[in-house]
Amino acid sequence: MMASSYKDEDGHISVSGSGAPAGAVGDSLRSKKPENTAFKQQRLPAWQPILTAGTVLPAFFIIGLIFIPIGIGLYVTSNNIKEFEIDYTGVDVSSPCFDCSQKLSWNSTRPCTCSITFQLDQPYESNVFMYYGLSNFYQNHRRYVKSRDDSQLNGNEESLRKPSKECEPYGKHSNKPIAPCGAIANSMFNDTLELFYNEPNGTRVQIPLTATGIAWWTDKHVKFRNPGGENGNLTAAFQGTAKPVNWRRPVYELDADPDNNGFINEDFIVWMRTAALPTFRKLYRIIQRRNNLLPTLPRGNYTLEVVYNYPVRSFEGRKRMILSTISWMGGKNPFLGIAYITVGSVCFLLGVVLLIIHHKYGNRTNGADISH
Amino acid sequence: MTWKSPLALVREALEGQRARESELRKLVSNLPYEGLEKGKQPNRFFPSNAVKTTKYSPLLFLPKNLYEQFHRLANLYFVGLAILNFIPVVNAFQPEVGLIPICVIMCLTALKDAWEDFRRYQSDKKINNMPCFIYSRREKQYVEKRWKDVRVGDFVKVVCNEIVPADLLLLYSSDPNGVCHIETANLDGETNLKQRTAVSGVCTSNPGFEPESFNCAVVCERPNNNLNHFKCLVEKPDKDRVGASIESLLLRGCTVRNTNHAVGFVVYAGHETKSMLNNNGSRSKRSKLERKLNVDVFFCLILLFTMCLIGALGHYLWLESLPGVPPFLVPDSNGHLDEPSLASFYMFFTMIILLQILIPISLYVSIELVKVGQIFFITNDIDLYDEETDSRVQCRALNITEDLGQIEYVFSDKTGTLTENKMVFRRCSIMGTEYPHKENAIRLAVLDEPETEEEVIFNQHQQLPRTRWSLEAEGISPSDTHWQGSRRKSKVAANGQSDAAFSSPLETEVIPDQKLLQQITRAESGGGHRDSSRDKDPHLDFFLALAICNTVVVSMANAHRQRACTSPHSSQTNNPLEAFSSLLKRAGSFIQRKSKRNHTILEVPVTDAAKTDSREDRNGVQTCSLHPLSQSGGPTLEPEDLCYEAESPDEAALVYAARAYGFILLARTPDSVTVRLPSGEELVFEVLDTLTFDSNRKRMSVLVRHPVTKEYVLYTKGADYSIMELLGTPYAEHISGVEKNIAADTQHHLDCYAKEGLRTLCITKKVVSESTYRSWSGERKRAKAAMECREEQIMETAVQLETNLTLLGATGIEDRLQENVPESIMALREAGMHVWVLTGDKPETAVNIGYACRLLEEEDLVINMSCKNKLTCTSILDCTLEEVRRYGEDPSNVDTTPNISLVIDGNTLTMAMSPDLQERFVDLAKRCRSVLCCRVTPLQKSGVVKLVREKLKVMTLAVGDGANDVNMIQAADVGIGISGQEGMQAVMASDFAISRFKHLTKLLLVHGHWCYTRLANMVIYFFYKNVAYVNLLFWYQFFCGFTATAMIDYWLMIFFNLFFTSTPPILFGIFDKDVSAEVLLGVPELYRTGQGKGEYNFLTFWISILDAFYQSLVCFFIPYLAYRDSDVDIFTFGTPLNTVALFTILLHLAIEIKSWTLVHWIIMLGSVALYFVVTLAYSAVCVTCNPPSNPYWIFQSQMADPMFYLICTLSTVVALLPRYTFYVLKNSVAPSPLLQGRQLDRMDPSTRDQWIKEWRGFRGGGPVKRYELSDPPTPTLETPADFFPDSDADFMGDDLSLNVITQNRQRVVAT
Repeated sequence: MMASSYKDEDGHISVSGSGAPAGAVGDSLRSKKPENTAFKQQRLPAWQPILTAGTVLPAFFIIGLIFIPIGIGLYVTSNNIKEFEIDYTGVDVSSPCFDCSQKLSWNSTRPCTCSITFQLDQPYESNVFMYYGLSNFYQNHRRYVKSRDDSQLNGNEESLRKPSKECEPYGKHSNKPIAPCGAIANSMFNDTLELFYNEPNGTRVQIPLTATGIAWWTDKHVKFRNPGGENGNLTAAFQGTAKPVNWRRPVYELDADPDNNGFINEDFIVWMRTAALPTFRKLYRIIQRRNNLLPTLPRGNYTLEVVYNYPVRSFEGRKRMILSTISWMGGKNPFLGIAYITVGSVCFLLGVVLLIIHHKYGNRTNGADISH
Repeated sequence: MTWKSPLALVREALEGQRARESELRKLVSNLPYEGLEKGKQPNRFFPSNAVKTTKYSPLLFLPKNLYEQFHRLANLYFVGLAILNFIPVVNAFQPEVGLIPICVIMCLTALKDAWEDFRRYQSDKKINNMPCFIYSRREKQYVEKRWKDVRVGDFVKVVCNEIVPADLLLLYSSDPNGVCHIETANLDGETNLKQRTAVSGVCTSNPGFEPESFNCAVVCERPNNNLNHFKCLVEKPDKDRVGASIESLLLRGCTVRNTNHAVGFVVYAGHETKSMLNNNGSRSKRSKLERKLNVDVFFCLILLFTMCLIGALGHYLWLESLPGVPPFLVPDSNGHLDEPSLASFYMFFTMIILLQILIPISLYVSIELVKVGQIFFITNDIDLYDEETDSRVQCRALNITEDLGQIEYVFSDKTGTLTENKMVFRRCSIMGTEYPHKENAIRLAVLDEPETEEEVIFNQHQQLPRTRWSLEAEGISPSDTHWQGSRRKSKVAANGQSDAAFSSPLETEVIPDQKLLQQITRAESGGGHRDSSRDKDPHLDFFLALAICNTVVVSMANAHRQRACTSPHSSQTNNPLEAFSSLLKRAGSFIQRKSKRNHTILEVPVTDAAKTDSREDRNGVQTCSLHPLSQSGGPTLEPEDLCYEAESPDEAALVYAARAYGFILLARTPDSVTVRLPSGEELVFEVLDTLTFDSNRKRMSVLVRHPVTKEYVLYTKGADYSIMELLGTPYAEHISGVEKNIAADTQHHLDCYAKEGLRTLCITKKVVSESTYRSWSGERKRAKAAMECREEQIMETAVQLETNLTLLGATGIEDRLQENVPESIMALREAGMHVWVLTGDKPETAVNIGYACRLLEEEDLVINMSCKNKLTCTSILDCTLEEVRRYGEDPSNVDTTPNISLVIDGNTLTMAMSPDLQERFVDLAKRCRSVLCCRVTPLQKSGVVKLVREKLKVMTLAVGDGANDVNMIQAADVGIGISGQEGMQAVMASDFAISRFKHLTKLLLVHGHWCYTRLANMVIYFFYKNVAYVNLLFWYQFFCGFTATAMIDYWLMIFFNLFFTSTPPILFGIFDKDVSAEVLLGVPELYRTGQGKGEYNFLTFWISILDAFYQSLVCFFIPYLAYRDSDVDIFTFGTPLNTVALFTILLHLAIEIKSWTLVHWIIMLGSVALYFVVTLAYSAVCVTCNPPSNPYWIFQSQMADPMFYLICTLSTVVALLPRYTFYVLKNSVAPSPLLQGRQLDRMDPSTRDQWIKEWRGFRGGGPVKRYELSDPPTPTLETPADFFPDSDADFMGDDLSLNVITQNRQRVVAT
């Protein structure tokens, strides 16, 4: 005997058969009644917030009360950061670097130097960070960003000999692989900046600049590695490679310090971390505070000596040197503080407005008139 | 396998093609060829019975599925983009990465398809391997084989309760009359038994059937999908031809019932069977929301192109502005730089790739997922479950759930949709005399009152002989009647409701009218035995006609029970109480039998045929019965045990009515009808022919030979207007002149019945002379054997005979309203839907039902349109329209305007729908709250729906239960089928199938609303989400020289869309609940939010797009300003942007979510956690893996930076502040109805109900009032009090309805 329950499911007859009559009775007993569970009947316990003036009032006040102090804190912190910026591009005829900027090109071999004097109005107490800033330099150009070979920079021998095609057309030069390949490396910033303190007595004291510790630790120790192992001879490791066309020196001669040479040269690493925006600064040197009693940079006159190598006229760029102390929130930027204060105040005001509204309309929001 | 020449193969293939395509097929038995190779088989060209419904095969799955998927335009678009990414000059990312989203999406779809196909494959396998018996010549007997082994030309034996494996031409049945009962529930859901007859004259060697002796050829038509039609000829060796029709065809999928076994010849097998040809898969419709969505996708496309153009132009200008060749411009590998114009041209395409997710790729998949979830919840709603039929709501169209929330026009069928379609005989008129059946009315009134009686009464009653009324009819005391009524009620209480509608004594039993009973007893006893006048008495004729003139199948009550039915009530044996009661029942019947023997003399000898028939019937019962109790049935047939199963419920009602007067239909075979008369004698009428019902003639007739008078009598019953014009004047000799009066009186009664809302039928008789019959039957036979135009010819012969009829009388059958229909209609009207009822009934009946179901209200302005010619129709239409317009514009009527209702009849409707008038008609209909169309044909029904749908551009819903509603259901945006008494055709054509009309309320008001708001909000959110996210990239273009740089790692970007932010909106689309079901049902007005433009419209779309722009601006520029002129690198800059975007997008959703369940919390927090975990892991692991972005340790270093948190907090707050504030202000100052509904929700249930009540009480229309207030106008006959049972009119408190009444009164005074 065949018991069956046919059901039409996507136009298809399906048969569920069972051999014995007893089974048939069992089948027919199974009701199709849906289970009466909270889930299936959509009656799960739920929190149903209703956004009305009365219920959200506290939220606005709380936001206001939290944001305003944060904003004030940020603003004060930002204001305490001392920052000095000087443009040494040399666009102006009066500028000391005008000459250099005019005759400079990537191919020029003779270094051009110029020196600019400036005055710091207040002493810089803590460690001072020295940045170079570029404007109008689109390090975020899509093809530019891609134009690198990370595995080459990670010390991969194979990539060293055969750079990725992303590096094109800066992958090979006269049939030798370029190390480091790509447009980013090729366009590396190569001005040299030196800072001198002009003591009131007229002597120029060079300010010691630390060139290490300016890159991310992970970049220096994980992402960037020299080919040929830790202590190998860099010159040998880079044997058979060409230097990037715009570079004056090969990569293994970037620095005398073996820990800051080759791919793990920190200036190089910093440059390779492509900036997000066309106007950017990059950490160049750190001026360590040597003496707890004296400020790092006392008030007075300074001279910036620039070895002017980097042409920016092709993109109407500007070059700057920035000296800045630093806080937990990074460099000087009053925006966040102001924004917090503004938003906090707006929320507070809205809270007040809502309070009024709540008093005016609050009583009738109890479902009294569903009259539409 | 032997080698065959290719030529032979081609010839063979062509031959097969020809054989399959030809109009007529000639099939012969396979038996002589058994064991021969395939090439010699005569029926080799026809497919075998193995079915394959799978779409794919394992080998071809990939190409086929891909082909299917590429039919989707969206998929093609994304593949196109992925390919674009492979072109070096324009690519934005690594080419392979661009393929990921589309691959993920397509893989998911393919997996889903594969799973579905696998399930189909499994069920195919199961079906193909079901056992069946095929005759084998070698074994000389039927051997058990599998379904897939059945071939055309085989002989298959089917036994009781077995499913028919293929379309079989019935040659032999164990029943001596060659009848085989089948149940077609699997095909069309009809649970009543149907008779099939063996092809006559083929099987002569009774008992048993020798397949080997079958040497006829079967000529049949090409397979088609018409389940009710089949043409076939059996050509005997002597060239004699016998026609066979659907009456002899056992369809695949049917179940054999009440027949021991039957043998059939396989005519169609496998995919050629009618049931397989009818399987055309589930329907797929495009919902309104999806159509709108596609428009918005198009807008997004425009937006995308605009943004890309801006990008390209910007890039051009940027390049032009460069004075030289800067070091950051990377030439191509040849060292060559593109011209700015060419570069910007390429940039356009690169931008498209970068910004592609502006077109929400995952939206379509998400919508599908959400709908699956929504359907899950709809089908699992316990409120939409019907205990009686054990059926849930069925969602047959899977993608229009949200349309349920936007319905503006509801078109409803009447019979079976608003009413039960359980017919109860109420009154009759015989020979111009009206018999009001007051006692019956009282009984029904009693039934309606809630009353609980004990089972004991039910059992006691079993001892009462049923035939008492006919024998000692005079003394039925009212208390007795009441007592019986309560007995029936108690049976309902005890038994739930019976699974078989017409066998339930509650609905079907009639208490005879005393006057009529007397009349009959007088006629019976009047002229002594077998007096000619007795047989001529019209009263007796009337009831004989009721008993005979039908196609009711008689079955045993317990035989009916043993169906392997899914209803829990069918399992009688499991209930000791019921077993006990059935024991008592048998005891009772035993007593009854004894007492009957005492005074019943069987005067008319029962023919042998009838006797064997009854015995066979019982045998059938015994063999098939599932429970042992039924086997001990008594030796004679007891009317108690009889069940009448009819295709149309009014037929059964009439048979039950006849039974109440003692005219008991005992058995029906194709050739005879056995009727027991009140006197106890059993008459066997030879049935010469049955002229079946069709919608053109609107009547059916049975031609019988009277066993006593040997006259040929034609009994015809049909709709009054189709009968009245066919009346002749036979009784002229003795009642001349009165005849006309009878017709007039009957017509008057018919009109009165109609006004009461009863369904009317006229019963007529005609005595046919022998010669007329002879000539006619010849023609008839020819018509039946005709291969062409068979239907037309058969109908013609029917019309020929149905002339000069004598009117016997008329019946009024009540079709009671389903429970809660008035409330449901009220709710639909309050919800802003225009309700139209389209019925084939007469206007009077329809108007009455209209009042009863609250479609029309007393205070409504009812416009009645009925006109004969187009000219009047035009003028009436113009006048009415003018008046209605004036009425609406009159400022004094603003508050008091009653709803305008329109009643229109079929003829007028045809004229009104003619092209020149339809504008005006639609304009009028638009202003009417409800419209009632009477006397409409199925075609008109769909015409009306189409007209309204197209002219008014509104969402329409059609609900119906019968085959006549199929057109309408298909024409409407949403078709709802009610699985009722009239089979499953409506359900098959529908998008949703429900079992009661009242379920429509919850389906629309609750599920419709939910589905719509959920999906609408989800879709808006999806657009918002993508625009907001993509714009972050777009704003960045202004700072990277429009070079299509992405500051977010591409993997994280993909994950962002695919994983981090995809589940919450889907969840939102499935689970969100703005207002609870109780409030939605209590305040139907809330439904209006979804109507018309709804929540997803032009404005909401663009507001959300604008909001997306604002939010992306905030999310971009706050970090930008914070990081400006710092040493931040691209991807460090992108990290807070991505995080801010995540928080903004998720919290935006959090503002939108109306109810937070545990699931919401888990998914929301889970998404955030997933983002952090994945991003952290990715940044920790990936040192050089994803070249341009170098995500290594970026996220970690950011998370160690307090600035990151400060920026994220600030941006998120600022981004969401406007939306949040806007909501707060709007909710406080001008709360929407939905919000008020939500506030109602927060109250405790009792207060809430109080509010709802009060609110409803204040409403002008006075939606709650008792039906008694609006008595239907002009009942000329005495109207019974319970005219239309208002079973739950008091679902609101009495005090409240009083309140409303007074309000109404006041209003009337005011106007």
